[in-house]
Amino acid sequence: MATPRICVLRAPGTNCDPETAHAFELCGADAERVHLLRILENPAMLSDFQVLCIPGGFSYGDDIGAGVIFASHLQGRLSEVLREFLSADKLCLGICNGFQVLLKSGILPGGADGLAAAAEGERDATLTWNDNGRYTSLWVRLQNLSPQNVFLKGIDEIEMPIAHAEGRIVVRDKSIVDAWREAGQIAACYRNGTPHGNAADWLAAKLDYPVNPNGSFANIAGLSDTSGRVLGLMPHPERFIHATQHPNWTRLKLRGEGDGLKVFRNAVEYFA
Amino acid sequence: MLWEVEIRPAAGQVDREGERILAECSGLGLGSVSTVTAARSFLLQGDLDEADVDRLGRKLLVDGVAETFTVTRVHAGSGEADGNANLLNVLFKPGVTDNVAGSTLKTLKDQNVPVEAVATCRKYWLNEDADKAEVGRLSSRVLSNDAIEHVVSGPLKMDGISVGSSYEFKLTHVAIRIMNDKSLERLSVKGQLYLSLEEMRTIKQHFIELERDPTDVELETVAQTWSEHCSHKTLAGRIAYEDENGPRQYKNMLKETIFAATVKIREQLGEDDWCVSVFVDNAGVIKFDEKQDVCFKVETHNHPSALEPYGGANTGIGGVIRDPMGTGLGARPVCNTDVFCFGPPDYPHDKLPKGTLHPKTVARGVVSGVRDYGNRMGIPTVNGAVYFDERYLGNPLVYCGNVAMLPVGKSEKQSAHPGDLIVAVGGRTGRDGIHGATFSSAELTEESEELSGGAVQIGNAITEKIVMDVILQARDQELFRAITDCGAGGFSSAVGEMGEDTGAVVWLEKCPLKYSGLSYTEIWISEAQERMVLAVPPEHWDKFKALCDSEEVEAAVIGEFNDDKRLVLKYDDQVVADVTMAFLHDGRPPVVRQASYQPAPVKPLELPQKDDYTDDLKAILGSLNVCSKEWVIRQYDHEVQGGSVVKPLVGVHRDGPSDAAVVRPDLESNRGLVISCGMNPHFGDLDPYWMAASAIDEAVRNCVATGADPSRIAILDNFCWGNCERPETLGSLVRAAIACQDLAVAYGTPFISGKDSLNNEFSYEDENGERQTVVIPSTLLISALGQIANIENAVTMDLKSAGNRLILIGETKDELGGSHFSLVNKLKGGSVPTVDSERAPKIFAALHDAISSGLIESCHDLSEGGLAAAAAEMAFAGDLGATLNLSALATSTGLSDAALLFSESNTRFLIEVAPENAAAVSAKFGAGLTTDLGEVTDSRSVVVTGSSGAIIDEDIDVLRTTWKAPLNW
Repeated sequence: MATPRICVLRAPGTNCDPETAHAFELCGADAERVHLLRILENPAMLSDFQVLCIPGGFSYGDDIGAGVIFASHLQGRLSEVLREFLSADKLCLGICNGFQVLLKSGILPGGADGLAAAAEGERDATLTWNDNGRYTSLWVRLQNLSPQNVFLKGIDEIEMPIAHAEGRIVVRDKSIVDAWREAGQIAACYRNGTPHGNAADWLAAKLDYPVNPNGSFANIAGLSDTSGRVLGLMPHPERFIHATQHPNWTRLKLRGEGDGLKVFRNAVEYFA
Repeated sequence: MLWEVEIRPAAGQVDREGERILAECSGLGLGSVSTVTAARSFLLQGDLDEADVDRLGRKLLVDGVAETFTVTRVHAGSGEADGNANLLNVLFKPGVTDNVAGSTLKTLKDQNVPVEAVATCRKYWLNEDADKAEVGRLSSRVLSNDAIEHVVSGPLKMDGISVGSSYEFKLTHVAIRIMNDKSLERLSVKGQLYLSLEEMRTIKQHFIELERDPTDVELETVAQTWSEHCSHKTLAGRIAYEDENGPRQYKNMLKETIFAATVKIREQLGEDDWCVSVFVDNAGVIKFDEKQDVCFKVETHNHPSALEPYGGANTGIGGVIRDPMGTGLGARPVCNTDVFCFGPPDYPHDKLPKGTLHPKTVARGVVSGVRDYGNRMGIPTVNGAVYFDERYLGNPLVYCGNVAMLPVGKSEKQSAHPGDLIVAVGGRTGRDGIHGATFSSAELTEESEELSGGAVQIGNAITEKIVMDVILQARDQELFRAITDCGAGGFSSAVGEMGEDTGAVVWLEKCPLKYSGLSYTEIWISEAQERMVLAVPPEHWDKFKALCDSEEVEAAVIGEFNDDKRLVLKYDDQVVADVTMAFLHDGRPPVVRQASYQPAPVKPLELPQKDDYTDDLKAILGSLNVCSKEWVIRQYDHEVQGGSVVKPLVGVHRDGPSDAAVVRPDLESNRGLVISCGMNPHFGDLDPYWMAASAIDEAVRNCVATGADPSRIAILDNFCWGNCERPETLGSLVRAAIACQDLAVAYGTPFISGKDSLNNEFSYEDENGERQTVVIPSTLLISALGQIANIENAVTMDLKSAGNRLILIGETKDELGGSHFSLVNKLKGGSVPTVDSERAPKIFAALHDAISSGLIESCHDLSEGGLAAAAAEMAFAGDLGATLNLSALATSTGLSDAALLFSESNTRFLIEVAPENAAAVSAKFGAGLTTDLGEVTDSRSVVVTGSSGAIIDEDIDVLRTTWKAPLNW
C-alpha cells in the first residue's frame, strides 16, 4: 500500500496538530506538521502531499472571527496552489477551526471556485457564535448524509466530542440546504440515539441542546464538497481514536480503537 | 484618516450582547433601561478612503452572512456628548493590551494595506429616556471595568489612535540616607514598595555604607526581590509558635515542616525515591516512566482577579503555565486545574462594600478568563472546584495549576554560565503590571483599584502558545542552557534569580517595547505577560534566533551573564543600577514573627430530631459548594491533546461529578496521570490542623478512588491566609503546616511544590464611616498528582448495573462539625473530622489492590454531604436506583441516623461490587472497615432505611435536578 503524505497545516494558535498527526500515523500515513509560514514561503511544497489537513485550535487567536485570518492567507498567495491541489485526486480535511477556515476561505462548500468567490466576501454560509453564546465542550452523535464523502465511507452514525464557541451554521438562503442535500454535501448532522427511518429527516427540525449543541441550521455539523474529497467537521474525530476517550467507556466496557479512527483510515486507504 | 467600521448582527440574528446587558440591568435593578442594542467596531487609522475601508470590512473584518456593517469617518473634537448621550462607547485605556486590534493590524500590514493603527470598541445604544444616574451605574458596573477600560458617550470624536509617547532619559536618585523612620515608611507606601520599616532601615544603612543614594530602579529591585510574593519571607522565616502543646521555635518554618516531610519520605524510599527536583525550581518534578518525568505547579492570582476578574484569571492561568515552561529545560503542558473561591452569587447588590465587584460578576469574569487562556493554549482543563463563602466577597481566590511533561535528563534546574546571553523571548514589554509583586503582598482596600489598576494585565494566549512551540523545539535542539519565566517582578525577578550565583549586566534599551515612552524603571519591573528569559550560549544565538524567526516569535539579547556577582543595569550605556547579588538575595533582615493558636472548645452539636432526611439531602445537593459545576466545566476544553480518560463529568448523561481526572500524557503508552484536589475551609473555622489533614485525605482519596496508586501520589500546598502579622492568623497557618508534615509522612505523599498568598483581606469604610475588615477563611488547597499504571483499570463513580452490592469502606464517626449538614441547617459546633493516619494508608492500599484487580464497578469518595450525597450522586450519574440499609452500621457505630447519613468522616468510599466479588473485596480490608449497605436497583429511586424506616426516599431525577439547579447560568 502506498503511504500517503499528510500535511497537517498549523498556524500560530493551532493546537490539535499533534493528536491529529498521530491519528493519521496510527493508520499508516506519513504525517508532517507544517507551519503555514513554510507554505507561504514556498507554496509549491504543498504538491508533495496527498492530504491537506487543517486541524483544530485558535489560529491567530480567532481574533477577527474564527478562522478568518488563516482563511485570508489561503485566499491570498496560496490560492493558485490550492486550486491545483483541490483539482487533483487529493483529499482535504478541516476539523473544528480547520472547518471554520475551509468555510471562510470558500473551499467549502464550493471547492476551488468557492475560494475565488469568498475572497470577494461572497459566501453562502458561515460558522458563527453558538446559540448559548459561549464555548461549549461535550460529546455529540452524528449522522452521515453524504454518500460520496471519502472520509466518511462506511460510517452511518458516529460519536465524537465538540469543543467550540463558533460552530453554528448560518446560511444566507435556507433553500441552499436542499441543494446541498441533493449534491451529497451535508456530510454530518447532529442526531440523537433514537432510531429513525429516513436519515435525511434529521435535517428537518432543529434539535435542542445538547443534541444539537450550538443551534446549527438544519442540525448541520459538517459539510462536503461535491466531489466528496473535501470534508469539514466541527466535531473532533481525532479525540476518539482510543476507546478510553469515550465518556462512557467504563460503563460500556469499551477497549481498543475508537470509532473516530475510521475517518483517518478512510483517507489513508483512498490511496491504497 | 480615522475610520470606524461598525458591525451589528444581520437581520434575523440575535443581538446576544445587547440581550446580556439588558439581563444584567434587570439583575441590578436598573429599571429605566428598557432597550439595549450592541455593536462592535474597528477603528482604522491610515491613508485609506471610504471605498478601501468598505472593501476591508467586506473581505476581512465582517462576517457577511451573520453581520452587517457601516463605515463612518471619525473626526477630531472634544469627546463630550452632543445630544446622543444614550450611545456609550467602551474603549481600552491607552496601553492596555488589545489582542484583536494587534492581530488585525498585523494581518492588514501583511496584506500591504496602508494602516498605521487599529483599535477596537464596543458600542451600546440605550433607550433615550433611560435615567442618567442608572446609565452611569450601568457604564461603571457592567459595561466597563475602570481598571482597563473607559466609556465615552455620544459619537466618537478622536483625532487618532496613539499609545506611545516620547521619553527623555533622566536618572533619578532617592535620598534615602537622610530619611527618618516616618519618611521611610511613607516612601514604602507611596512608592508601592510595601516593605517593613526594618527592611527600609536596612536599605538605608546599606547605601550609607556605600556613601551614595540609591537610584529609583535600585530601590524597586530590592523591593521586588524582598517582597512576600517573591521571597516568602513570612513562612520561610523565623517563627515563634505556641499552641496547647507548648512553644516551638522555627528558623525556617516551611523548611522544618513541609520540606522536612518530603526529605523524610525520600530517605525512606531510598533507591526507590521517585522525586526528581522538588522545591528548587518553578515547579516540582517527579518520575513518570523511563522516558518522561512530570511536573506540577499551582499558583494563585487573587488580588488581580479581585480588581479585574477576566484579566486577573486570564493572566493567572497564563502565568502558571509559564512555570513548567520555565522548569528544568522547559516542560510540555498536558493539563490545567483551577479552583475558585467566591462570595455568594445571590449577594444583594445594594449591600456590596464600596470597591468590590459583585460575586456573580467576579465568577463570570474569572471563568471566562481561565477558559479563554487555557482553551487557546490547547491545554485541557481537567480538574477543579468552586467554593462559596461571604468572606471571599472582597477578596476572591483564584488558584490555577498546570501539569507538564519533561524528557528524563532535562528536569533539573540549570544555571546560567558567565558569558551566556540574556535573551528575552515572547511578548513585548509595556506599562502593564507595574508593581504586581509588591501589590499582591499588600492588603486590598476600596482604593486598590485606583492605586494599582496598572497591576492588572490582559493576556495573549496565542503569544504564549507560539513561545511554547519554539521553546520545546529549542530545548530538543539544546540551544539554551537555562530558562525561567517572567512572572511577578518581571525582568527584575527573572534575571535577578538566574544571575544570583554569577552576576549579570542588562541593557534595558534593548528590550523590545509595546510602545515608546517607558522609563528604564518601568522596563525593568513591568510584568507584561508571555515573556520568558533564557541563558543562551553565544555560539547558539544565531540558530536560536532563526528558530524564533521561523515561527514569528520575538527574541532579543538584552544583556549577558558574567562572573562579578553584581546586578548591573544600563540604559544607553549609563549605569542606572549596580547592586551586589549578595545584598539583593541575602541582605534582607530576618523577619521574626509570633504565632499562637488557642484551640476552640468543642461545643456539642444539637441535632434536630427527624424521621425523614430527604429534604436535608436535597438541601445539601442544592448547596453552592456541592451542586453541579457543569456551567463552568463545559466552557473548558477538557479533551484537547487526546489524553482524556476520566472526564470531569461522567455517567450515562455525563453529569455525575468525577472524583479525579485521568489523563494520558503520552498517546503511545497506557500509563496515566490522576489529578485531584482537596479543600475544606469550613473545617478550618474549627481546627486548622484537621482542616489540613482532611484536605490531604480528600485529595488522596479522590485520586485513589479513580485508580491512582497510593504509593505514587505527590501533593502541592497552596496556603491562602489573612494578614499573618496577627499572631493568631499566623498561628493557624503554622498549625495547618504541622498537619501537612504529619500527614505527608504518614501517607508517603511528598509535597513537591507549593505557594502561599498572605494578606487576603479586604478593608473598606461602611455606611457609618467605620473601618471594616473582612478576612477570608483560612484556605488551604491540596492538589494531588497521582499515577495509574494502566488507564484501562480506571474506575468512574456512576453506578453500573442493578443487582450489584453497595459497600461502605472506612469508619464513620460522629463528625458533623463544619459539615454541609450543619451548614444547610445553620447548626454550630460539633466535632471536626479527624484522620486516623495509621489506618488510612492501609485502606488506600487495599482499595487500590481491589481496583487494580478489576473487582470494583464504581467508586466514589465520601466528602461534602457524606454517605447520603455520595449515594445520590452515584445513582443519578448511573441512571439507576439504590437501596441502602443503615442498621448494621448503626449497630457497629452506635450513631444517629443524621451522623450515619451526613457525617463527613475522612478516608471513606462507597463502592459498587458485583455480588460474586463482594466477599473477595471485603477480605482485602481489615475487620470492621467494610459494611455491605445494600444494592443497586433499577427502581430510579434512592431509598435509605434508618432507625425509623425509610429516612430518605427520592426519585433520582429529582435529586439530579436539585443538584444541577443552583449554578445553571
